[in-house]
Amino acid sequence: MSKLTFARAINAGLRKSLENDPKVVLMGEDIGALGGVFRVTDGLQKDFGKHRVVDTPLAESAIIGTAVGLAYRGYRPVCEIQFDGFIYPAFDQIVSQVAKMHYRTQGRVKMPITIRVPFGGGIGSPEHHSESPEAYFTHTSGLRVISVSNPQDAYTMIQQAIASDDPVLYFEPKRRYHDKGEVDETADLSTALSMEKARVVTPGSDVTLVTYGPLVKTANDAAMAAADEGVSVEVIDLRSLAPIDFPLVEASVRKTGRLVITHEAAQSGGLGAEIAASITERCFNYLESAPVRITGFDIPYPYSKLEMHHLPDLDRILDGVDRALGRGNSLSGLEG
Amino acid sequence: MRSTVLTDEPGQDAYKSSNPGISAASPRRTGGDLVQLISPEGERISHPEFDLWVSDVTDEQLCSLYEDMTAIRRIDTEATALQRQGELALWPPLLGQEASQIGSGRALRDDDFVFPSYRDNGVAYCRGVEPTDLVRAWRGNASSGWDPYRHNIATQQIIIGSQSLHATGYAMGIQHDGADSVAVAYFGDGATSEGDVNEAMVFAASFQAPVVFICQNNHWAISEPVRIQSHIQIADRASGFGIPSMRVDGNDVLAVLAVTRIALDRARKGGGPTFIEAVTYRMGPHTTADDPTRYRDANELEDWAAKDPIARLKALLRTKGLLTEEVEARTQAKADEVARNLRAGVINMPDPAPLDLFKNVYSTPNSWIERQKDHYSRYLESFSGSTQEGAL
Repeated sequence: MSKLTFARAINAGLRKSLENDPKVVLMGEDIGALGGVFRVTDGLQKDFGKHRVVDTPLAESAIIGTAVGLAYRGYRPVCEIQFDGFIYPAFDQIVSQVAKMHYRTQGRVKMPITIRVPFGGGIGSPEHHSESPEAYFTHTSGLRVISVSNPQDAYTMIQQAIASDDPVLYFEPKRRYHDKGEVDETADLSTALSMEKARVVTPGSDVTLVTYGPLVKTANDAAMAAADEGVSVEVIDLRSLAPIDFPLVEASVRKTGRLVITHEAAQSGGLGAEIAASITERCFNYLESAPVRITGFDIPYPYSKLEMHHLPDLDRILDGVDRALGRGNSLSGLEG
Repeated sequence: MRSTVLTDEPGQDAYKSSNPGISAASPRRTGGDLVQLISPEGERISHPEFDLWVSDVTDEQLCSLYEDMTAIRRIDTEATALQRQGELALWPPLLGQEASQIGSGRALRDDDFVFPSYRDNGVAYCRGVEPTDLVRAWRGNASSGWDPYRHNIATQQIIIGSQSLHATGYAMGIQHDGADSVAVAYFGDGATSEGDVNEAMVFAASFQAPVVFICQNNHWAISEPVRIQSHIQIADRASGFGIPSMRVDGNDVLAVLAVTRIALDRARKGGGPTFIEAVTYRMGPHTTADDPTRYRDANELEDWAAKDPIARLKALLRTKGLLTEEVEARTQAKADEVARNLRAGVINMPDPAPLDLFKNVYSTPNSWIERQKDHYSRYLESFSGSTQEGAL
């Protein structure tokens, strides 16, 4: 075990993949000499060479489009999109090519492409640097979408993503890059929890609180605060956003009867809506109250002096827990 | 895998080694001149440089090019007829572009890899794709018709210009592997306006990737004339990316063969990408759903009919005394055979099963897909025993 920051844990996972499989190639902007704007690829070009850690011209569609060609040739490209808000020029290649190639070619051509996306807010950035675009991709069949919340998962799941024969979008919570955690670098990938599986990170019995990525830490803090008031919150880290491990969420809700979902992304048409609908379909009779969503607002990501109002924080999440429990909350009197 | 008698190797090797300057000295751009080795009237035009790249082409090979072009025109005609008869949902004719596709397609080596658009059925034919497999997707029976790795040609691409990036990435892979094969991207004049084609040229130049861009300028992107796409000759764009280019008469099969060989040779030797503009004409509609009389002048079509690529080669063969009854009969027989095979293949193509819907979305099981498949399969089963046949 070693104590690593989130960013170093991803770096260690990338290094392991580069060592284990000569077909793994990293591509992106500033990932070479600079080591990436967040230093996630620090030192990798020096150790593996410019042909395996490739600084590309500044064209996101081409980063993904050439990765498709490399995958056609048998490579496993790992593409870095520098910031969440820069992924849209690559949207067509991701949605029309990466996601559909296996289906289009009737399984003959695999697209083992990993697309790393630093995402989410909370670091005081200018426009386009704090977005949460995951729902665009969870709505696209053919992609697997995951988001990691701690250094150990970051280390393990980047390797699982690269080893997957399906394309994977790997969303990294950039505001957690400097958080430290224990990482077992000897962990055996073959026995690690499948990247499709969610995990209960705080067990509880009164309310199920579902989240992923940057808000897992916030949700855990909220659960601790709720415990002080005698409310037992079960926190689930989804880890996989497409597909979602609904059986695990369902089992929790059958137990608690109450569901709160929180994410930074805007509310309407977001993952919270999908989770609320699916859980309602699956175990309506076990619900004691309507599912509650605590999310970013349906606005463009705001300028940074206001982002603390936009991002769900501990208190807003607790307010949502109170709504689920039918306790006094900010919307008391409005329901129904 | 298929006939590759016209590849640049090995016949050209001796020539290349004794004339090392040719590929390197090939013009960055052939100026405003159109490379042409056969006139529209079918006369052989000699050219001091480009002749050298087709000097090994035998009379028999000339006849074989004629046979190929005739065969793919026949496939095109038959597919159009099949669409009119309701057997295909749609078909994008290549009528008029036979020389561009056969001249370039026959220059490729087996281990080269092609990334075609949806209209490059003549190139796919050169790669050994069966006529029936060319139309599988156009009948709606499958999302694509062939195994890319069996023929070293990707499935047809409908998003305009997208495949130029795939070819460039594939070429980067060739480079990593230290191989001397080449990736070839085919696209049209309309595609040159797309960001992806421009980004592909940036990447190809930056990495000096062994890729050849073949732009068939057929003058029309559905209803938009090429002048809407570009104010300069399309080949001239390449120099802005640092990519050498050639502009060739795309209705002249010999000239297309020559320039493609030059481009492939350059790529094999580490000389990086080349851009070829093959100037040709889409004599038919964009697809069988299109009506070109709404947007283009009949006179224009007549002008281009006078430059027909097959008639041109036929005239050359006649002049050379090669157009014997035997050659004509053989060519006709081949065209009849491919058309017959195509028609039989289409008529006998089995419909896909309903649950094929869910196949190959992912390469490994996916819980969302499995659940929906299970539910839909139960739904279908709910009809069994009723008047409707069990659909499973």
